Amino acid sequence: MEKQHSWPLWEIFIRSKQGLDHKHVGSLHAADAAMAIENARDVYTRRMEGVSIWVVESKYIHASNPDDAAAFYDPANDKVYRHPTFYDLPDELKHM
Amino acid sequence: MKARHLINYTLHLADNALVLGHRNSEWTGHGPILEQDIALSNIALDLIGQARYLYQYAARLMNAAGDAKSPVTEDQLAYLRDSWDFRNCLLVEQANGDWGTTIVRQFLFSAWQYYFYRELRGSRDGELSAIAEKSLKEVTYHLRWSGEWVIRLGDGTEESHARMEKALDQLWMYTGELFLPADYEQWLVPAGIAVDLAQVQPLWAARVQEVLKEATLTVPTAMAQKGGKQGRHTEQLGYLLAEMQFLQRAYPGCEW
Repeated sequence: MEKQHSWPLWEIFIRSKQGLDHKHVGSLHAADAAMAIENARDVYTRRMEGVSIWVVESKYIHASNPDDAAAFYDPANDKVYRHPTFYDLPDELKHM
Repeated sequence: MKARHLINYTLHLADNALVLGHRNSEWTGHGPILEQDIALSNIALDLIGQARYLYQYAARLMNAAGDAKSPVTEDQLAYLRDSWDFRNCLLVEQANGDWGTTIVRQFLFSAWQYYFYRELRGSRDGELSAIAEKSLKEVTYHLRWSGEWVIRLGDGTEESHARMEKALDQLWMYTGELFLPADYEQWLVPAGIAVDLAQVQPLWAARVQEVLKEATLTVPTAMAQKGGKQGRHTEQLGYLLAEMQFLQRAYPGCEW
């Protein structure tokens, strides 16, 4: 039975007309990359959401472990000097 | 006379799209996998959309010709005509069967529709030409999608290959009719309005053979069944219409 439902899972990234970068929109099942792109077209771009599609087989995505969150991210909290907010910017400089 | 032929021609194209669209919609909720259920439902919606443009145009032509007592609407054309009034090809009314049969039916028809619409873009009838232009983009995808499935299943497992061969054998006899001009077409071709099917046939055959070869499937030879374009249908259409038209027949004018 396992074999019947063994199409791999794919993560779908879509670039919308407005955005410059591809954004993760969800995942779906497909037998191969070509089918994954077509499925993504049918499932995720029906309402004109996108102009470009990327697909990556989910098994190739490596994720950080939520249990590591404290060690990973908390130390940044008290290090405001890492933000470039301590410089006096000349008035002529805009858009910073 | 020309107006009558143009009405019949437009209805023929509309009925092709509606009947296949309805057949495909029968898969909604029953597809082999969610993603493909959505894919085929999208194709169904594309086809029903094409049918609407064509029925709206046919209704305008009929109202202009003034042969109906009250104004004709697209809904009446879809829901209140009987099977002998429908002018769709026999291919599109054939039952869904298994997934492979549905795929073969879609592929054979999309290949025809693709080259047909390409020609129809050059029609002297501005309305038909515009509908062809818009529909061609949709059909390009239908042909790609169904062609890839033909290859996937034909060149797949022993089981899928056998089923595809069977589906091809079942449906092939309905492809000859796609290239037999009905009386209304014979009138409209010289006027530059209808597509000359003799132009479409070799393009269709080449594309179909190319895909079937890659799918390791044999091109069948079978006697051509015909009659759909003149309103003589297989028993399949009656069942389809009974289901599709039930609501409007039981509750005339019902809206929701």
